[in-house]
Parts: sequence; C-alpha cells; structure tokens
Amino acid sequence: MVEMAQEKMDELRTFIAACMQKEYSDSYLIAVLHKAQELFGYLPVEVMDEVAQRMNIPTAHLWGVATFYHYFNLKPIGKYVISVCLGTACYVKGATEVLEAIKRELGVEIGQTTADNLFTLHEARCLGACGIAPVIMINDKIYGELDAKKVVALINQYRKTAQVA
Amino acid sequence: MDKKITIYINSKEYKVSPNQTIMQAADHLGFHIPRLCYHPKLSIEGACRVCIVEVEGMRNFVASCAYPVSDGMKIHTNTQELRRARRDIVELLVDNHPMDCHTCERDGNCELQRLASSMGIRARHFVGQRKQYGRDLSGQAVIRDPDKCILCGRCVRMCSEIQQVHNLTQAHRGFDTVVMPAYNMPMAESVCTACGQCINVCPTAAFLEKNYTQELFEKLNDPNLIKVAQFAPSVRAAIGEAFGLEAGHNMEGQLVAALRKLGFNYVFDTQFSADLTIMEEATEFLERIQNKGKLPMITSCSSAWMKCMEQFYPDLIENISTCKSPMSMQSALAKTFFAQKIGVDPKKIFSVAAMCCTAKKYEAARPELDVEGMRATDIVVTTREIAWMIKSAGIDFLNIEPETQDHPIGMSSGAGVIFGTTGGVMEASIRTAYELYTGQTLVDIEVESIRGLKGIKEGKVVMDGQEIRVAVAHGLGNACKLLDVVRKDPGRYHFVEIMGCPGGCVGGGGQPYAGVNSIPLDEDALMKRAEALYSIDRAKTIRRSYDNPDIQKLYKEYLQRPGSPIAHKLLHTHYKQKFPQGIIPKEALK
Repeated sequence: MVEMAQEKMDELRTFIAACMQKEYSDSYLIAVLHKAQELFGYLPVEVMDEVAQRMNIPTAHLWGVATFYHYFNLKPIGKYVISVCLGTACYVKGATEVLEAIKRELGVEIGQTTADNLFTLHEARCLGACGIAPVIMINDKIYGELDAKKVVALINQYRKTAQVA
Repeated sequence: MDKKITIYINSKEYKVSPNQTIMQAADHLGFHIPRLCYHPKLSIEGACRVCIVEVEGMRNFVASCAYPVSDGMKIHTNTQELRRARRDIVELLVDNHPMDCHTCERDGNCELQRLASSMGIRARHFVGQRKQYGRDLSGQAVIRDPDKCILCGRCVRMCSEIQQVHNLTQAHRGFDTVVMPAYNMPMAESVCTACGQCINVCPTAAFLEKNYTQELFEKLNDPNLIKVAQFAPSVRAAIGEAFGLEAGHNMEGQLVAALRKLGFNYVFDTQFSADLTIMEEATEFLERIQNKGKLPMITSCSSAWMKCMEQFYPDLIENISTCKSPMSMQSALAKTFFAQKIGVDPKKIFSVAAMCCTAKKYEAARPELDVEGMRATDIVVTTREIAWMIKSAGIDFLNIEPETQDHPIGMSSGAGVIFGTTGGVMEASIRTAYELYTGQTLVDIEVESIRGLKGIKEGKVVMDGQEIRVAVAHGLGNACKLLDVVRKDPGRYHFVEIMGCPGGCVGGGGQPYAGVNSIPLDEDALMKRAEALYSIDRAKTIRRSYDNPDIQKLYKEYLQRPGSPIAHKLLHTHYKQKFPQGIIPKEALK
C-alpha cells in the first residue's frame, strides 16, 4: 500500500515537473490538482503541501482553490461515487424518493462516505439524461428510470461486484 | 504630462488626469465615495460594491474603485437610487454580522459601524441565515473571529501582497466563504508571523490581538509584586491618536506618568535597552567584519521578522544577529541586574512591556528567551491595549503632568529613540560602530539615505577606508525582496536591517486604529510618527548609545563590556528553523 502511494506520488511529481517547464506554470495549478485527485481519489493534506512547495504556490492559495471547486474532494471518497440528479425533470419524476432510499440503504447523508469506503453520496444538477428520469450516476455510468426499489437492487449489485473483486 | 480630460460629477464639469479610477478622481475633487474593501496600498478587489456610482449610459452601477475615468464621462455619486442601493448593500453586510457592538472590542473604532451610520441605516429590513464559526484563540498574539468578518479581503491582500506571508485565503465559496489559513488550521500552527497587520486593516473585529488587559489589571493590584514597565519608542509617537490627537505627538512624559498612575512601581524605557542592543549589535558587527564572520549581518529586533525568517529563510540563520530584541534585553535586566540592585527576589518582579507590536506577545512566550528559568517578559500589551487601560482607569492622559523614566535602566540616547522607525536601527548602529571602529566620532550623524518610506533603501559609510554597504527593508514583503538579493549575492551588503511592519515599528500591528477621517497605515501618519521620533532624537544632547551614562554604568557595574560572557548569557540568543503546517523540510522534497 505504502509502495503504491509512493508510485502515485512519483507520477504526480513527474507531472508537476512537466508543468513547471511551461510558461505561466502557476496556471497549471488546477490541472495538477485534477491529476492529484485522479491518482489519490481526493486531495490529502500531504499531497497539497507537496504541490504547493513544488509549484512555489502558497499553501493558503492552493487551499482557496481546492475548497472553491466542488469537484475537489478534501476527504477520502468511496470506491463508487453515486451522484443523484436533482434537476427539474428528475425531481418531478421522483428523484427525492430515490435519494431517500439511497440514504436509508447506505446510512449516509449527502457528501458522506460509507464506513466500508464503498460508496460516497453526492447530489447533482441535471446529468443531461432527462429522457430516462429519474437518473443517478455511479462513477461514470448512468442508470435511468429508477425508483426506490430498483435503486436498492442496483446498490446490492455493486456490493456483490466489490466482494468478488 | 498627460492631457487632461473632461468629466462631469453630479452635473458639474471638471478637468482631470486620465489613467485613474473614478474614485481617485473624485477623491481629488472633494467627493468622498463610501468604500470598504478598497485600500490604496492593496490591489483592487471590487468585492464589497459599496463604492458604486452611476455612470450615464452604463446599464448597471459601477464600482468606482475599479472603473477608470474617460473623456466626457458623466458620473453621479449621490442620487436617491444610488443611496438606496448602497444602503441595501451595507444592510446586507450588517444582516450577516453579529449585532453585539456594545460588547465588541472595535466598538467606536469600527468601519462597518461608521459606514452603517453614514448610510443612514436605522432599521434592519433583511433577516436571514447568519454565519457561526466561533473564534480561533490558538495564537499567542493574533486571534481570528470569522463571525465578525464581512469578507472585504483586506487582510488576505495585506498578508499576501504587502507582507508576502500568504497565511490567509478566502476558502470555500458563496455564503460559506471564510477567511482562514490553509486547511483551516489554527493560527498557532500556521505560518502567521503575528505581525498583526491583518488587525490594522480589518474594518471590523475579525482579527484582534490577544488581549491581556484584565490579567494585567489583576497583577497591578497585587501588592506582593514589584511591577516594572517598559514601553517601545513608537508607542509614545502614536498613543496620542488613541486619545483623539493628530498623528505625530510625542506623549513620552504623559505615558510615564500614566503608567505610574496605573500602579507600576518602576517605569523604564525600551529605548534604554535599544541603546544596549546597539552596543551589543555594533560590537558583534565589528567582530564579524574583523574576524571574517558571516555577512551580511541581519538585525533581529523585529519579532515578526524572526518568525518569518525561521520558516521561510532558515538558510540565513547564521546571518542573524544573536542580539535579543530590546524588549527581551530590558526584561532580562529587570529580573537580574535591577532585582539585585534593589535587593529583591527576581521572582517578585513582574515585567510588563507596552509595545506597538502584536508579535512581541509571541516573542515574549518563546522559551529560548527565559532568564534563569523565569519568563523574562510576563505580559505584553499593545499601544491600543495600554491606551484602553489608561482610559478605563480614568486617567486624564492628555492633561496629565509629564514625568520622567526611572534609573538605572530607563534613560536613553537619541539613537535608542529612532529604533522605532525604518532605518533607525541601522542609523543608530552606524553612530556607535563608527566610533568603536575608528576611535573617532561620526560628525554627520544623520544618515539621510536610509530614512523615509521607500520599501528598500541602500546606504554606504566609509570607516577607516573600508566601505560598509548597508540595506534597509520594512514590511515583510520588501524584506523578502531584499533577502532574495542577499541569497543571490551575499557579498553585496555588510549589514541589513529588517523591520516586519510597513514603516517599521511606527506602523506596528498594535498601534491605534485609524480614526474617522483616516485610513489604516496612511503614509502621512506613519511619516508623522517617525518624525516625532526624529525630533526627540534631535532634541537630545546625547545622541549616541555609548554616550548614555546609564549604559556606561551598566557595563561598569554588571556586564563588563559588550559581548562579554555575561552579556552573552543575558542579552543574546539563537534561532532555529521552524516547520509550521504546510512547510516541508527541503530534504523531504527530493
């Protein structure tokens, strides 16, 4: 595990080094944070410290950027990120029931991660799939025409997949 | 010269220079547009929208702090519609602000209060959600109260642009925005240097010094203690402002009298130990020159600069003079030399420093400055705190009969006085170093090239044919610029003076808040405070530290000579690299 983190860190360092070669290297901060999140799943403090020092950007400034964008996770996230669409079409078609069912099933609120680190729950505004509303997204996969029952079944499917893996 | 352009303000025609904002043009013409997030020394943020004006032909009101004038522009600053819009903007700020003015430390000194009053806000029309975060009391010197914050961002810009400490940021967004250090870490664990400039520029009470006035009143009423006071040069040059005087009044005599009336048994003066610092520092400097020691030597009086150096410039530790600050030297002597002299147990001596500085609170708590197992300076209060105590005790400060400081550690030369302003430590050191080095007296003792408010100043003195090159920086941002030069070219200077605050100690983080018609850290006010110190210096017959008879006596009776083992034990110290959160050791990066 430690070795894996070391490998990821090395990859991030290489990425930063490449950015630092470019003109206006400061402007690559968001790209670097994207890369860090891609590698680690979230932005650990140690990683932010290292990014700040290597890019010669004050840590406070970096923190301002990282907290401004919802995209960046400041806490570890689950293996599967569930985004529940609460856009108008989904809302009308019963998105709140779907959301409540997920909350009940996982025992978490929006923004939280389950104790087994399997699921993180987010809300989303229109995923662009209104035709099959109400929809949710799990990682990068869309599931439509859901209801409270179907969504629980879906979660259980993911649980099974995780067990096998 | 730029060609003048024509603008109209409130239907009157004016000729003004182009290349300025509406606000700047209006200021010159006598229209004071209300403002909040604007500060002339900081970048334009345009965040508060208080300074909006109407420009004919524009769809929306424009922020006058950011919008440039152009030829033929028709501006209105005081229409009914504008007044209403501005009032709403300020009302919305007030709505998300605790309504606890009468128990707030900034009551009577608050820009938001003044603004609300000038907008004619007499009722609250908006009631909504309010932020509640609680206070961060972790710091030794600076406390943070985000509930009072109105997000003008002046502290963030001060900390990053002028001081270049970059401790603060506006984290999160929208209604949830909070000014905080990285990771929302406690101030005590952050890179905060305790300079207190965030307090100076804060319009409300979102930043304050940690207040020790109640504790001090308690100690002053303890008959078993011998209460000993000292006060910094810049306190006397600024404290009058807290009592409604213009900047630049020297209140030394009144302050001595007031401190006695508050209950201090002995009132000494930090200027005495400023003279002592000179003796030690000039000796150290000459030793470095003669024995090819580490150069340039860099001054160590400024507590905020010391913290800044320990975390950002640890490679320069050996360049830092080992002299303690005057405050810590004074306290060390109070608990040793002076205690012996009056024949009391040093534990009974309670040493208090009134300082223009917030970082001195941080310095006083440094364990490396303890003297014989005792904390040297027991309490540090700022100019603001001591002014409040004087008022609170009912002392008629302005009409009080001036008194003089106590012997044997209270008298000072003119050199000790000018310690409070940028360039002063250097100038004072040169006066003594010259004599020590050449055996001759420096005739022209005023060193003009290192006076004034230029960010970085350079000067030269020739001592016995050897050219000594000196440099002076004030404000940590200027210090960083100068030190980057020193890093690249260590041979460029022999002696460098750094003061952490803009203008030096006269612009310290503990100085009185800006009054009704002034702005924080106004250059005119800083110059006037500095001039008060220079005029005290000029009026003194003794202007060199080594001519101070009390200093001569101290060395004869106790310290032997500058740089002696006992002087080293009491008056010198060493600094260590610090790793606040966010600073990783260089080795760990490889």
